[in-house]
Amino acid sequence: MELYKVETVLERYFEGETSIAEERELQDYFATQQVAPHLEKYAALFNHFAVAKEQQFEQEMPLFEIQKEESGIKKRNLGWLSIAASVVVLMGIGTYVFYHSEPVNNSKDLGTYDDPEVAFKETQKALSLLSKNVNVGIESVKYVEEYQIAKNKVFRKTKNKSRGI
Amino acid sequence: MNQNEFVLMVAPFKDKVFRLAKRLLVSTEEAEDATQEVLVRLWSKNTALAGYSSIEAFAMTMTKNYCLDQLKSKRSGNLKIVHSNYTDSAPTLDKKLEDCDSLNWVERSISLLPEQQRIIIQLRDIEQYEFEEIAKMLDMTESAIRVALSRARKTIREYMTKTHNYGII
Repeated sequence: MELYKVETVLERYFEGETSIAEERELQDYFATQQVAPHLEKYAALFNHFAVAKEQQFEQEMPLFEIQKEESGIKKRNLGWLSIAASVVVLMGIGTYVFYHSEPVNNSKDLGTYDDPEVAFKETQKALSLLSKNVNVGIESVKYVEEYQIAKNKVFRKTKNKSRGI
Repeated sequence: MNQNEFVLMVAPFKDKVFRLAKRLLVSTEEAEDATQEVLVRLWSKNTALAGYSSIEAFAMTMTKNYCLDQLKSKRSGNLKIVHSNYTDSAPTLDKKLEDCDSLNWVERSISLLPEQQRIIIQLRDIEQYEFEEIAKMLDMTESAIRVALSRARKTIREYMTKTHNYGII
């Protein structure tokens, strides 16, 4: 590029009016060794732009991207698993209750005897068992009766005393 | 979109994202973090990406916003013992050596610009985007971008002239 052209383009460059192509031409011009002495100070500027463009992002792409994707799938699976598990547990409880409560509801026969004699004996046995047990209970209740008697004596005395005064 | 497709789609502009992040955040490590963050966000938008006309422009806008957020949060957290891109004011040996390198002067003069102008210089002079694309990325009008660009370039020229003549900024 001719010197006078460079100067005019440079002038427009600083006014912000140049196109990308013109700026490339300027860069190319300053990249060569034959730069006019009074323009030398701009050489560093344009060379710097070229150098700065070479910088690269050297790090690896963030690896957790993959992990993120995987963990997303895992999470979804876990969610379905917990739902499935709770359904299975509910079904288990449901069927257990369903099958094991039915016989209890249906057992309306209480073990009757067909022979009246045997039935009579069994009834006697049952009643004697009941009365024995009731007597055991009553024996202990007799102590309580003593308390009742004692209490009545005491309260009668206090009543008499209060009347006496 | 599976991961391979995503990597292929991102490959042409991930360096641009990184360079823009580095221009704004200065430190390489932070720029790398920012790039990863932007890529992860893009990936999480995966299915919605098809709706955007230019994914590259979208990614650059995202980067700009993320980096400016980072800078803002850094500024608000004034008292921090560990801050990642501090500069040592005392010139060390390698600093002195670097100062001889005029390419570095450019880097420094750009870093002194306001953020908006830095972004525009980065997008136009280094990544060589058309004004139309930059306007879309930054949500500005083309003429506003031209004005800011011209201002930024002139500021840099001033620095460069001073450095060239006296060797100091």
